Formats: sequence, structure tokens, C-alpha cells
Amino acid sequence: MNMTTGMTKVFDRPLSLQDVQTHFCPGCHHGTIHRLVAEAIDHFAVQNRTIGVASVGCSVFLYGYFDVDVVEAPHGRAPAVATGVKRVRKDGIVFTYQGDGDLAAIGTSEIIHAANRGEALTVIFVNNTTYGMTGGQMAPTTLPGQKTVTSPYGRNTQTDGYPIRMAELLAGLEGTAYSVRVAVNNPKNVLQAGKAIKKAFEYQVQNRGFSFVEVLSACPTNWGMNPLKANERVGDEMIPYFQLGTFKEDAAKQGGN
Amino acid sequence: MGAIEAGCRYYFGYPITPQSDIPEYMSRELPALGGEFIQAESEVASINMLLGASAAGARAMTSSSSPGISLKQEGLSYMAGSELPGLIVNISRSGPGLGGIDASQADYFQSVKGGGHGGYRLIVLAPHSVQEMYDLTMLAFDLSDRYRIPALLLGDSVVGQMKEALIPHDYTAPELPEKGWAVSGKGSREKLNVVKSLYLGDGELEAHNWRLHRKYAQLQESEVRFEGTGLEDAELVVTAFGSAARIAKTAIRMARETGRKVGLIRPITLFPFPEAAFRGATETAKKVLCIELNAGQMVEDVRLSVGRDAEVFFYGRPPGAGSLPTPEELFTQICKYCEA
Repeated sequence: MNMTTGMTKVFDRPLSLQDVQTHFCPGCHHGTIHRLVAEAIDHFAVQNRTIGVASVGCSVFLYGYFDVDVVEAPHGRAPAVATGVKRVRKDGIVFTYQGDGDLAAIGTSEIIHAANRGEALTVIFVNNTTYGMTGGQMAPTTLPGQKTVTSPYGRNTQTDGYPIRMAELLAGLEGTAYSVRVAVNNPKNVLQAGKAIKKAFEYQVQNRGFSFVEVLSACPTNWGMNPLKANERVGDEMIPYFQLGTFKEDAAKQGGN
Repeated sequence: MGAIEAGCRYYFGYPITPQSDIPEYMSRELPALGGEFIQAESEVASINMLLGASAAGARAMTSSSSPGISLKQEGLSYMAGSELPGLIVNISRSGPGLGGIDASQADYFQSVKGGGHGGYRLIVLAPHSVQEMYDLTMLAFDLSDRYRIPALLLGDSVVGQMKEALIPHDYTAPELPEKGWAVSGKGSREKLNVVKSLYLGDGELEAHNWRLHRKYAQLQESEVRFEGTGLEDAELVVTAFGSAARIAKTAIRMARETGRKVGLIRPITLFPFPEAAFRGATETAKKVLCIELNAGQMVEDVRLSVGRDAEVFFYGRPPGAGSLPTPEELFTQICKYCEA
């Protein structure tokens, strides 16, 4: 309590975030997701033993925003890098933070096998249906018909295939302990997402194996929308294809690698 | 064995002939020592696991053979850019492409000229015996930790698979800098540890690259290793590394027995390259014969290193089944350039 004003501070920057401005575009959800991850780290009081693994894309600047040690991984390789870190630092809390191009295209092999080995890692997967940093190209998660700079006529499923549902795919692996999809397009969903991210970290804190949170998020700049429109698109177009929910919750799982 | 004695407890790899003896051995030995062995899903994953383990401060390694080393180049470039130590063993095969599994030195360029993108160097060691496979593995870890540069041990199926007497010895760790940069969780540290290779600020990347290049220059200054024999009176200097040097040594003995004044420079460090040794030797010997198990790669560095008036000759054959030269074959070549 502040003795001068008599008021208690109930909302503040999480300890695990640095006191800096981010470079993210207006309406981008990375800032929100960063905050939720930082709140989870604070919640379990593990900031001092947390190691982040950054991927390639807009989220590469993780090390400039989180107040934790960070390793930067090559494009798509964060789950392999995190595996190496975690095997050495067994008492560390190791998380990767990856976009959809990184995790669901170039890094498909690394994510599937890290999950399948049951590595005790937490993976935050930000799905905004596009490559944000490189200028809005078609991603493995781009929706059918969605126009991007490399699918100017709309994603054609006959030639480009279908958006990959990673949370469901990974839930099918024996090594995965927890796999969930959430969104951050409205306050209710943000609260749900916060709970899911906390639970994912809880799995790791309790050494219960591989945990995965897919977060549907907006990329207003590359979608060519203002932030409010972009939020609406998450609800109107993304959630119907990428259904929110828990696809695996194996609370009995013990002892990830 | 050398790796384990040097304190390496983390191995990440993927099967490929002719180096699978290494992961097989590590998978058997490491668990009992409290270490970790992972047979990764790919070479790409294994080099990145090495990157992660090294970033966390551990002595760690991977091994593979030529096509697999090609796959590791992305990770190697990131390790070089992030100044991460670590050991990579290449028991190389012949190529290009799938090629064959025969003794080959066709990966010389890939090993010493960077291999991946971005203009970096690795510490490259070339053992020519089982004893050196063991000794240089220990040295590779020490040099790699001291300079924070990945080290590559370059062998082939001859030195990688032969059985030969080995005198084991205790590993004595030299005084090495603390790994205060490793990620561990920030603990009570004020400063965050960040392992990265991205530098976007004005002038940052240039400064970073100059720092790397100063280290390469320092390696050239302080860490060159080579075997030089018979150079005092040599009229012809034969140079070869790794298993080619084994065959060359027999050929040189044959030459000496027939009264030919032939010496040997066997580079042990391929990077840093023993430039000064060639400069020195060619003050008197005016002919150099470079022998390789390829169509001519190290010979380019030899040409750059010798004195101005020295002539450099080359003998080598692209590797493949049946193309390993015999000592007699090399003796015939020596006789072309050196009379009795």
C-alpha cells in the first residue's frame, strides 16, 4: 500500500518483462502474449531459472523484452535448441516462443520430435496466419482463400494444401502432455489464454512433460486491417477453422526429459 | 574416448556411415556417466541441440559424415556467429552428393573456408592416427572453449575406423576462461545472458565481425600445429594431412632410403593453416608436392603460403572405391620431382 495515497497497486508490469517499449505494430498481439507468458513466469516465481529460446520472425527480439536469459535459435530450430538447453539445465524452466512459419513450416520436424520425446519444455506458438516480419507471405496456417503477398489470388488448397492445425497434430503424440489452443482477441479469451499459459508452465514446473499453447493472434499490418477489424477477423475467420480448446491434458504424465 | 575424458557429457547425432561407431559408443557410455545421448531426428536438429547445450555452458559434441555435415552448416554458422564452443566431428565420405563411403579429403574447402553462410572460420584439426583422434579431440575442446569458436575434427574412414595402438592418458584441463556468458537462468545476476548472432544496430555487426576476425588472427598467431620432418636438408617438401599423410610418410621413407632429400610438412591444424612453416621450408627447398585424397584443395593454401620462387606440384585423385593411392604410387610421384 502506498502510505501517502492509501491506495494499493493492483496492476503492474510483470517482473519478468523489461521496462521498455516494444517495436511491435499497433494492434499486434505479441505484446499481450509476452505479458501473459511473463505473468506465468512470475506466478511460479521461476524468473531466475527461466531460459527463453527465441525464434526467427517478429518474436526474435524476445531478449529485448523479457527479463530472463535467452538463446536465439535458427529459423524453426528452437525446439532442438531448447532440448539442448534443458538437457544441460534440468532445473531450468525452458520455453520457446515461435511463429507459424517458424514452427509449422521450416521447423515442423523439430517441433514434432521434441514433443514426441516428451521434452519438458513449454512451447508458445503464435499463429497469425502469415509471415509477419518478412512482409506477409503465405504461411502454413494461412486460411483457404486468404490473400497474402505470395497467394495474391487467395490460398488455393488444390495447389497450396490446407492450414495445419498444430495443437491437434501434437496432441496426437504420446510424448505431449498438454496441448491447447487459445486466442487473445477479446478480454474473455485473454483471460482464458492466461490460464492456459500458466497451466503449460505448471506442467514444466512439476516436470510433467511437453506442453504446447497455440495462440491465435492478429497481424493488422500484413492483413491490411486496423486493429479492431483484425481482432474481429480472429473471431470471425480464424476461430471457426482453428477451434479453441484443450486437445490433450495428461495430468498423470510424469517425468519429461 | 577422448571426448569423454575431456569432460564431454552431451552428445547429439544422427546415424550415417562411416561414423556411426561414435554415436554407438556414446549411447553406451554417456548414461552411466550422468550424461545425455540423443539420437536426433536429423543432422539439423542435432547441431541445434549442440548449440543449445553449448549455450547452457556444457562441453558437448556432435558427429557426422559429409552429407550430414552439409546439413549442419546452418547451425555451425549460428554457433560461429553466437561465439559458441563445441566439437563437430566429420568422418568424411566421398562425394559430391551421396558419393561413396571411401576415404576422402574432399571436404577440405567446406571445413576450412567457412562452410556455411556469413564469412566465419572454424578451428579445424586433422588427425592422422588413432592416437591423434584421441589427443586432438581433447585439444579441440580446449581450443574451442578458449576462443569460443566451434572446433571441427576432420577425418575419414581410414582414421575413423582403423584399429591401432592407443596410449590413453589422463586429461588435464588447462586454465580456461569461465563461461560467465552461458544461459542458466539469471539467478542473482544483474545482467541478462543472451546468446545471439543478430546485430541490427548501427555499426554493431561490423564490430562483432571484426571481433571474430581478430580471434581468427590470434589463432593464426598462437595455435598453429604441424609435424615437420626432414626439412633441414630437404630439396622437395611433401605435404599432406590426415590419412593421406600416413601413405605419404611411407613413400617419403622409400625416397630417403633411395637417397632422395625429401621432407614432410603435415598440417595438424588446417585452420589456422601453418603458413609460416611453408614459408620457412621453401627458403631452402624450392619444390613442394602436395598430396591429397581429392582433386586439389589444400594445395591452394599451400600455394599462398610458400616462398615466391618455390614451385608447387599436386598429386591427388578424386576419392571413391579403389582410388586410395598406394605408397609406391606416391613414391613414383616423388621421384618425378626429386632425383637421388
